[in-house]
Amino acid sequence: MVVAPKSDELRRVLDDDGNVLPGAKAPEIPEADLKNLYRNMLLVRLIDERMLRLQRQGRLGFYMTSTGEEATHMAVYALRPEDWVFPSYREPGAAFFRGYSIRDYICQLYGNAADPIKGRQMPVHHAVAKIHYVSISSPVGTQIPQATGMARGAAIAGKEDLAIVYFGEGATSTGEFHVGMNFAGVWKAPVLFFCRNNGWAISTPGSKQTASKSIAIKAAAYGFPGIRIDGNDILAVIQTTAEAAARARAGEGPTLIEALTYRRGAHSSSDDPSVYRDPNEPKQWEKSDPIERFRRYLERQGVWTAAWEKDESAAIEAEIVRDNDEAAATGAPPVESMFDDVYEEMPWHLREQKEWLLRQARTKSPHYHH
Amino acid sequence: MPVMNIIQAVNDALKLEMRRDKRVVVLGEDVGKFGGVFRATSGLYEEFGPDRVMDTPLAEAGIVGTAIGMALYGLRPVPEIQFADFIYPAFDQIVNELAKFRYRSGGQYPAPVVIRTPCGGGIRGGHYHSQSPEAYFAHTPGLKVVMPSNPIDAKGLLLASIRQNDPVLFMEPKRVYRAARGDVPEGDFEIPLGQAKVVREGQKITLVAWSAMVHTAQEAADKAAADGVDVEVIDLRTIVPFDVETLVASVKKTGRCVIAQEAPKTCGFGAELVATICERAMEWLEAPIERVCGFDTPFPYTLEHEYMPNADRIVGALKRVLEW
Repeated sequence: MVVAPKSDELRRVLDDDGNVLPGAKAPEIPEADLKNLYRNMLLVRLIDERMLRLQRQGRLGFYMTSTGEEATHMAVYALRPEDWVFPSYREPGAAFFRGYSIRDYICQLYGNAADPIKGRQMPVHHAVAKIHYVSISSPVGTQIPQATGMARGAAIAGKEDLAIVYFGEGATSTGEFHVGMNFAGVWKAPVLFFCRNNGWAISTPGSKQTASKSIAIKAAAYGFPGIRIDGNDILAVIQTTAEAAARARAGEGPTLIEALTYRRGAHSSSDDPSVYRDPNEPKQWEKSDPIERFRRYLERQGVWTAAWEKDESAAIEAEIVRDNDEAAATGAPPVESMFDDVYEEMPWHLREQKEWLLRQARTKSPHYHH
Repeated sequence: MPVMNIIQAVNDALKLEMRRDKRVVVLGEDVGKFGGVFRATSGLYEEFGPDRVMDTPLAEAGIVGTAIGMALYGLRPVPEIQFADFIYPAFDQIVNELAKFRYRSGGQYPAPVVIRTPCGGGIRGGHYHSQSPEAYFAHTPGLKVVMPSNPIDAKGLLLASIRQNDPVLFMEPKRVYRAARGDVPEGDFEIPLGQAKVVREGQKITLVAWSAMVHTAQEAADKAAADGVDVEVIDLRTIVPFDVETLVASVKKTGRCVIAQEAPKTCGFGAELVATICERAMEWLEAPIERVCGFDTPFPYTLEHEYMPNADRIVGALKRVLEW
């Protein structure tokens, strides 16, 4: 166990080269789990590359990558499967780790008839109830008080479940960050606030979001600890999340984790960072790539080999290709499904509008490609 | 049958449902020991304790946002927004989050939250304690909007709201919170959402209202009756989804319609009713429909009784439509 540093110090377990730092202790993780964690990070990297390419080819309407931030997704390893994840739009690895399939993921991007959310939202706005992965909203920060409420709800129900909520540093400027943190502090709610401080909110740098020395120190004002960690160090992510989860389950309340990382790609496929960002900046961050760092650690542990990675990559690529082909060949959801799930039962006005639409000549959405 | 006012009826419904269903929790500003500024949650804290009756920090977005999380977990939260005028900090949580959770998740995440909030003027509350913002929420797919006018409806509709699985904005008529009294059955009963009530049968003209304005409409109908005009008064009770059958059947019978609404005129819910009647009963109409509304000004303090529709204004409208 690392001696908890003061909140503004950066907690690390691994150095950039994947060595365990002096004074740090790597969390004990079975070999199969280490491999699984690595494989999930690799999956995020590979699927991001391929889906962004599809978007560039005009085959997907929109996409968002997580390149360079994959280690933060693996915080869920430190939680129980029944704990709840309130994601933003840049943590798909947390869903993959819990068993979200590549097939469902890609079908969501296409918004096709097999999309688990029935074509209701833009790409990357997943919702996976069976793995307690809550529906994603585009306006940032909205999920923060919701996570606090769920955590309080679990406590009221007498359960040990907790909630982790992901957000970027941009979201810490919202009123809902304040509201969610403040309610959680007062309630001692079992919630983990996980801030991916990746430096950029579209074109706005962190320095324009807050005059505060860090995000982590903001926790002090709400009466609970804030810890700043190296977000590209998967072992620091897991170790800190495990400690925060133990605190929460012991009834000691929330923790704010500020994971320092970097958005190496664009905000989204609609964004062009060359307009506002020095291209050398993401290059510099490639040196502390979270996957490469973890790879070196695993290699030293005798867990990773080039042959194993080659096999894993090939298997992932093959699955992506197969599922993408299938997703691309799957048609749009039936037009009448537009009216489902607004309410549990369809009220008269929606029923009438649906019947009216079904009497019209069928129009095809220009956004739907296949 | 006991006689209750609306506050007592709401309180009775909450107690009854919290005893019946452990998942029901109440949260909001001052709802705990104090029992709410209007006393609607009086006695709940003592009976159900601080985990089920939560005094929250003072932030509406937090009240609704945390209620959403509780609902996703399987509880049945009934948050209170102290005045409807204070609801706007929670607007995004209500219209973009709460109302959309079921739809945007492909049906995976229903969010049954019932937000109670007192609305309407006539209590010398000025702009920030008098508004009737129902139209903003009626425009929001995924949300139901319920606006009872009297104690029995308040109890029956609140019980029905908590037991169904869609989010509900439950707006209570604070001007008549205590003034509107009536027999309320003891124990369990529900009044289904989406059903209007003909509170006075008549043949000559249909007068539609909801919330506190129902009482003003009934007063106007009494005055008109003294002049020999036979008015049918409909209490809409639920705004979304509203009872189109009762409305259209009445207008087809009378051929004339006046709508009384406390909220500002432009884009008020009355406009939706006018459009619906025109779409469905144009050939039965013998005169244009008239709306009697609040003005398109902010809600004024000193001149609130000049601002709010009163019985005389409604009678004037009834006469104009009858004589057209």
